[in-house]
Amino acid sequence: MNIVTKLLTAIRGSAREIGEAVVDTQSLRIFEQEIHDSKENLELAKKGLTEVVAKKMAVERRIESTKADIAENEGYAVKALEKDDEELALQVAEKIAGLEANLEERNIELESYSRNTEILKSQIKEAEKIIAEHERELAMVKTRESVQNATKSVTQTVTANDSAIGSARESLERIKQKQQNEQDKLEAGIQLRKDIEGDDLEQKLKASGIKQEKHSAEDVLARLKKK
Amino acid sequence: MNTLQELSSQISNFEYKGHQFSCLTIEGEYNVLRVEVSDLEEMPIFLTITEAQILCISYLFNNNEIHQDKIPELNQYLLELSVPMPLSAFAIVDEYYAIFGALSCGSTLESIADELVTLAANSSDSLQALEEFIK
Repeated sequence: MNIVTKLLTAIRGSAREIGEAVVDTQSLRIFEQEIHDSKENLELAKKGLTEVVAKKMAVERRIESTKADIAENEGYAVKALEKDDEELALQVAEKIAGLEANLEERNIELESYSRNTEILKSQIKEAEKIIAEHERELAMVKTRESVQNATKSVTQTVTANDSAIGSARESLERIKQKQQNEQDKLEAGIQLRKDIEGDDLEQKLKASGIKQEKHSAEDVLARLKKK
Repeated sequence: MNTLQELSSQISNFEYKGHQFSCLTIEGEYNVLRVEVSDLEEMPIFLTITEAQILCISYLFNNNEIHQDKIPELNQYLLELSVPMPLSAFAIVDEYYAIFGALSCGSTLESIADELVTLAANSSDSLQALEEFIK
């Protein structure tokens, strides 16, 4: 019955082989059948409970009416005694004794129904708990199996084609190369901006006369004149 | 999101945080969608839809691509990294170390896109972080 243990054992053991089912479909079907049977039994138990409860209510009603009968007859007996009709009082007392015996039987019956009701209720509760637990286990096994199959299938499909997964080292080198390229581009951009900004500054310095041109025509002419 | 075709056509025209998605369906027992996230093309993601969930896997490396003597250290490291890593977790599938994320079948296109971008970025980051273990 413990399908989860079976499942875990299967995963640890031979089920590592690609394509092998985690739990064979036969045992899954048996497990599903067991759950189905448990549910049918549960329905029967619930129907049984309804019947017992109905019987219990009928007995309770009869007890009430017997008690009323007893009270009524006790009234008659008292009245007969008041009239000194000893004989009539005795007849009524006999009837009361019969009713009391009947009441005792009914009470025993009621107790038995009450006990049965309690037992049935706790059995139903227990069965419902077990069925829910089994259904959860079954869902887990089925999910596990479908995920396991899907995962295997993915790996099989993917590894069947060498180009689908490259080697880790190659992927790693490509990632590093790409990051290096990004870094190079970034640095090139920074450098380019520096250059442009630097040029700008030079121009401004020259325009304001702070920085002199090294090779101006005036300088050259002045130098030549000195010769 | 019921079928791979549906997802494939929708996500191919979707842009998320500056990333685009390029999809290729691989036919098999379960159809698999191979998704490349732009700028993170090195780490493709393989996506399947089952009754239970949308499963996204990115393969890091084959068992034979890593230094065998460092495997216990690597496993320890991966277990420690799994929780702080957003949305994804590490796993072993057959001989592959993989990183994966799973989503509810009722996820929106945006959630799926978020998952794909995050997973691809995690995959790329992980590969770089794990370089010392790779041969």
